[in-house]
Amino acid sequence: MSLKDKLATSYMVLENQIAKNDPLSDIRSKAIQQFENQGFPTKKEEAWKYTSLNSVLKPDYNVFAKKEKAIEYKDVKPYFIHDIETYKIVFIDGIYSSHLSETSHEGLDVCLMSAALSKPKYKEVIDTYFNKVAKEDDSLTALNTAFTKEGAYIYIPKSKVVEKPIEIIHFATGVEDALMLQPRNLVVVEENAQVQIIERHQSLTSHPVLTNVVTEMFVGKNAVLDYYKIQNDLESASLIDNTYISQEGNSNASVHTFSFGGKLTRNNLNYYHKGEYIDSTLKGITILNDKQHVDHYTLVDHAAPNCESHQDYKGIFSEKSVGVFNGKILVDRIAQKTNAFQQNNNILLDDTATINTKPQLEIFADDVKCSHGCTIGQLDPEALFYLKSRGIPEKEAKGLLTYAFANNVLESVRIPEVQKRINKLIANKLGINLGLDF
Amino acid sequence: MLKIENLHASVEDKEILKGLGIEVKPGEVHAIMGPNGAGKSTLSSVIAGREEFEVTEGTIEFNGEDITEMEADERAHKGIFMSFQYPVEIPGISVTNFIKTAINETRKAKGLEEMPANEMLKKIKEKAALLDIDMKFLSRSLNEGFSGGEKKRNEIFQMAMLEPKLAILDETDSGLDIDALRIVANGVNKLKSNDNAVVVITHYQRLLDYIVPDYVHVLFDGKIVKSGTKELALELEAKGYDWIKQEVTA
Repeated sequence: MSLKDKLATSYMVLENQIAKNDPLSDIRSKAIQQFENQGFPTKKEEAWKYTSLNSVLKPDYNVFAKKEKAIEYKDVKPYFIHDIETYKIVFIDGIYSSHLSETSHEGLDVCLMSAALSKPKYKEVIDTYFNKVAKEDDSLTALNTAFTKEGAYIYIPKSKVVEKPIEIIHFATGVEDALMLQPRNLVVVEENAQVQIIERHQSLTSHPVLTNVVTEMFVGKNAVLDYYKIQNDLESASLIDNTYISQEGNSNASVHTFSFGGKLTRNNLNYYHKGEYIDSTLKGITILNDKQHVDHYTLVDHAAPNCESHQDYKGIFSEKSVGVFNGKILVDRIAQKTNAFQQNNNILLDDTATINTKPQLEIFADDVKCSHGCTIGQLDPEALFYLKSRGIPEKEAKGLLTYAFANNVLESVRIPEVQKRINKLIANKLGINLGLDF
Repeated sequence: MLKIENLHASVEDKEILKGLGIEVKPGEVHAIMGPNGAGKSTLSSVIAGREEFEVTEGTIEFNGEDITEMEADERAHKGIFMSFQYPVEIPGISVTNFIKTAINETRKAKGLEEMPANEMLKKIKEKAALLDIDMKFLSRSLNEGFSGGEKKRNEIFQMAMLEPKLAILDETDSGLDIDALRIVANGVNKLKSNDNAVVVITHYQRLLDYIVPDYVHVLFDGKIVKSGTKELALELEAKGYDWIKQEVTA
C-alpha cells in the first residue's frame, strides 16, 4: 500500500476515534479531500523541482505510534538549551511527555494543541486562528490539518513580555519500525507582547522518521516574535516544515533556521503582512555533508506599504549533499515604500556537492527597494594561505574560514545560549575545535 | 638560519625566480630590494610556503632542515613568519580569536598545552601596547575595513605574538604614512634579538632608515645581482635601478 493510501485509511480510523463535537471536523474533511486530490508533491511541480520525496515516502510508516517508550531527561539533556530556564513542550513519538515538559497557564498559555482543541475556554482562539494562515491548497499542509491531534499551543496575551524562551522538542525513539509524525503548532502573540521560541525535532533511532509539521503564528500589532529552528537530526530522519506567519502593523518577526543534519529537510517558510511598518527577518545557516538534502522555500508577501523584510541564508555543502534555496518576494500594488532584501551565499567545499538557488521577485508597486543576490563559491585560497602561514593547519584553517563565512547570521540571534549552542554545533559539524570565544 | 641555494620557482609555468641564493644568520637584518617585477613578492611567498608557486630547482634550508616541500603551517611552526604586503580581509573572525588560534595551533604542533587564558591576555595587552594598538581594535574582524596602516600594524602585532625566528617583511612600508612607519619599525626593532633574523623586502629605501640592515641585496630578473651593506640602499635610492639593469645586461 502506498503511503497516500495508507494515510487515507488511517484518516478513517482517526475520524471514528475523535469526539463527535470535534471543532475541526469540517476543516479536517475538506483538508483530507484536498490531500487526496493532490497527493504528495512531485518534481514536476515548479516548487518541488529540486527536491524529490520519493525516497522518504518509501518506508512503511505507522501514522500513529502504537507503543509508548519513556525516556529519561539525562539521556536527552544535550538536546535542550539546558543552561537557561525555559518552558518546555516535549513530545515522544508524537505523544506529550509531561515529565519532560514544563508548561504554564500563568499569565500566558504554553500547553498542548490537544487541550486547546478539547476545552471550551480555548474555543474562541481556535476559531479565530486555527487554519487561518496555513495554505489550504498546499497538499502537505492539508494532510497535516486533516490529522491535527497534537502539538504546541502558545498564547501570549496583550503586552506580556515572556522572559523565559519556550522550547518545543519532538523526540522519536524508534519504538515503531517507521514512524510518521504530524505535529500541529499554533502560536498567537497578541498586541505588544514578546516571545522567543526554539523548535527541535530529534530522532534517537536509526528507524526512519518522517515529520510533516505545520506551525501557524500570528504576531499582533507591535509584537515581537523570535523563532529558532535547530535542525540537526540523524540520517534516519526527514522533515517537512510548513511555517506560516501572519504579521500585524509595527510587528517584528524573525525565524532563524539552522540546518546541519537529517536525511531530507524541506522548509516552507511563509510571511504575510497585514499592516504597515512590519519587520520580517528570515535567516539560515545550512551546513551539509554525506548526501544530506535541505530545501529552503521562502515567501514574503508584502501586502502593505512601508514594510521591511531581510533574508540572509548561508549554505556550506560537501560530500554529495544538495542545497536548494528558492526565495520568493511578492510586492503588492499598494505596498509602496517596501524594503525587501534577500541574500543567499553558498560555498561548495568539493565538486560533488550541489546548490540550486533561485530568487523570485514579483513586484507590482513602483516605489520600492528590493535587492537580491546569490553567490556560489569556494574558500578563498589567498585567505587559506594567510591562515596557514600563521601556523593554522589546513583542516582547521578551512574550518575557521567556513565558520567565518556563516558567522554573521548568528549576530541577530537574541538568546546568547542559543548562539553558543549553534556555534558549538557548527564547530562539531565542521570537525574543528578552535577554542574560540563562543 | 636561512639558506637558499640556486632557487628556481614558477607560477603557472612562468619562471620568476631563476637561480637565487641567499644566506641569513641569526641576529642579522637583510634587505632585499629591486624594481617591480623582479620577483620580490614571489621570493617571500616561496619562503613562506605558498602552494601556487612551484619550486622547480634548488633548496630552501631553515636551521639545517630542508623545508622546500614543507606546508606553510609547518614552516610557521618552525618559526618562519611573513608579514603580508596585502593582508587578507576575513570578516567573521576577530583579530584576537585569530591570534589565539594561531598560537595554540603552533603550541599543539610542538606538543605543548594551550596557552592559559590569563597568560594569553597578558601577552596580547603587552604586545598591543608595543604597537600602540587599542584593545577595541583587536575585537574587530580580521583586517576588515582596516586602513593600510592598521593592516600593517596588525601584521607586526601578529609577529610580536608569534615570536618567529625569521620574519620576512614584504613591502611592509607600502601604504604607511610616516607616523605609522615609525611605529611599525619601532615594533620590529624591539622584537629584534641575537637569536632571530629579519628579511625586509622593499622597493624603497625609506623603511631602511628605521630598520637598519646589515646586508642589502638587489634582486633583478629572479636573481640576486648585487649584495652590499646599507650604503648600497642609499645608492639605489639616489640612482634608481637603471644602472643595475645596465650592469646586468651589459
